[in-house]
Amino acid sequence: MTDIKSKDQNPFFSLEEIDSEREVKWRETLRLFCANRPALFGFLFIIVFIFVGIFGSILVPADPFEMVAVPLTSPGVGTLFGSDYLGRDVFVGIVHGTKATMIIATTATLVTVFIGITVGALAGYYGGIIDNILMRITEFFQVLPPLVFAMVIVAVFSSDILVVILAIAVTTWTTEARLTRAEFLKIKEQDYVTASRAIGDRDRRIIARIILPNAMPPIIIAITLRVGITIIYEAALSFLGLTDPDIITWGKMIGQSRDYFFDAWWTVTFPGVAILLIVLCIALIGDGLNDALNPKLRGR
Amino acid sequence: MISEATEFDPNNILTVKDLSVDFDVKGQSINILSKVNFGLKRGETVGIIGESGCGKSMTALALLRMVPSPPGKISNGEIFLNKKDIMSLSKREINRVRGREISMIFQEPMTALNPVYSIGNQLVETIQQHKPIDRASAMEEAIELLRSVQIPAPEKRISEYPYQLSGGMRQRIMIAMALVCNPQVLIADEPTTALDVTVQAQIFDLLKKIQNKNKTSIILITHDFGAVSEMADRVIVMYAGFKIEEGTLEEIRNSPIHPYTKGLLGSMLELKTDSAGFRERLPEIRGSVPDLLNRQAGCPFGPRCESATTRCLQMPPTFDLGDNRSVMCWLVENGEN
Repeated sequence: MTDIKSKDQNPFFSLEEIDSEREVKWRETLRLFCANRPALFGFLFIIVFIFVGIFGSILVPADPFEMVAVPLTSPGVGTLFGSDYLGRDVFVGIVHGTKATMIIATTATLVTVFIGITVGALAGYYGGIIDNILMRITEFFQVLPPLVFAMVIVAVFSSDILVVILAIAVTTWTTEARLTRAEFLKIKEQDYVTASRAIGDRDRRIIARIILPNAMPPIIIAITLRVGITIIYEAALSFLGLTDPDIITWGKMIGQSRDYFFDAWWTVTFPGVAILLIVLCIALIGDGLNDALNPKLRGR
Repeated sequence: MISEATEFDPNNILTVKDLSVDFDVKGQSINILSKVNFGLKRGETVGIIGESGCGKSMTALALLRMVPSPPGKISNGEIFLNKKDIMSLSKREINRVRGREISMIFQEPMTALNPVYSIGNQLVETIQQHKPIDRASAMEEAIELLRSVQIPAPEKRISEYPYQLSGGMRQRIMIAMALVCNPQVLIADEPTTALDVTVQAQIFDLLKKIQNKNKTSIILITHDFGAVSEMADRVIVMYAGFKIEEGTLEEIRNSPIHPYTKGLLGSMLELKTDSAGFRERLPEIRGSVPDLLNRQAGCPFGPRCESATTRCLQMPPTFDLGDNRSVMCWLVENGEN
């Protein structure tokens, strides 16, 4: 509908704007994401993992620490994925480990991303001495080997699940910080940032509401990669026996069974495949999001 | 008569005195703006005209205290807006002045709107930030604002994103954003440079309408004399960071004094043919803007000036001819006008 209404209007054409339904941005993004088959596959698989994580202990009520079979029974009827060196069911372990693995992965990722974005945003936006100080701190964390650093933290404090999560986050946030800083440096020069300052927006609002949403696409992709990396870190820490002994995770299953790899391949292979699958799925999702959110890659 | 500084006129809504901006480049301090003086009355439009890099946009940013720092800083001068000393305000206070009392429209409507929010969202947030009203009434106000800047079907447009709109429409939305709080002073930094001529005319019409309705004072920054003659009551000509001439539109158009102003007017395109029916060769101003890093002594326009004399090796003062008419050129002293 337009306000334009001429008196002697052409009877064959309407001056009114044709009210075509324009594709809303998020819907277009969703469509592009779904058009990417591997990403959709990854997403559906993640749904299955989440389902198992939430309902696994109800559907498979057996205790993962209970000895149910002869040690190192090969996969078969009684124990689907075989049993480990103490006769514990590998399948039950994987199902129960899903929840812990996913909780650690998501919370550690959230904490990592939170620290990274905060540091990067402040450094990128304010620049000058604040940037200098924050970036020197970032570099300090960058030069330490993250796994060794995380091991030290867990060894010094305790192997409580919370400490494990924090140890992973504290040692790995630098990538996100650098990425966010670079995005902020780029976006803060944009006209719309100057424009919002000219109408009296405060720094806090400019950072959180103006620049951050525009900086999100690459950060979202970094987050999906981070989830996979976090799972691998947790597995590595578990492998070294540095995690909560009361909680079963996939990494721990691999770590405990590593001596039996040549005698009983199933004890390490199945948890390994689970880690592989979840990391792969998340990487596929990240790839799909990248394609869908990056306007330059659209319509390829 | 050599003026010290423009007298503080109580009629002025905005008074700028001796405004200077310096930039630090490679450890050297260079003068971007040199002692610029001017006043702005209520409901008046002042056009600031000059070449690229002459300090037009820097003047605008300085008025909002938004000179990019580092490397820039306002090294000298006073700015009074509504008798409020802008230079002495705290960061919090200046944020309250921006948008409410003085606001700005930017050159590039394509990049001056936030691409991730819908038009309505941006307007509503701006409204809510300045006024304590709920979202629904802010939405109504936003639609009303869009209607006032002549956006067709504002109810529909409000849910669209900047990338779905044309350049002219985005510029109207920029204007709507700047008008949220009815600022008394509106700075338009080349508001139509990125738009074509018909849209330019519409935008100027719109600005005039708003000015008549709200008694807004407008500072129009442009390099296009056509735009100035369309809009401005008074004109300030800038060159290399100096205000070199000021006067009413008629004075500047009909009796320019400074050789640079004459050159600018002379190089305007006109549909004028000679006896044989050919277009005359367009006159030009020789040379280009001086390098601000290596300023020569004397008049900044000297090297390009056709009427330069040895006198011009000395910096000319600003001669006040009364009634807001001033020229920075020795020609006035010689009585050649």
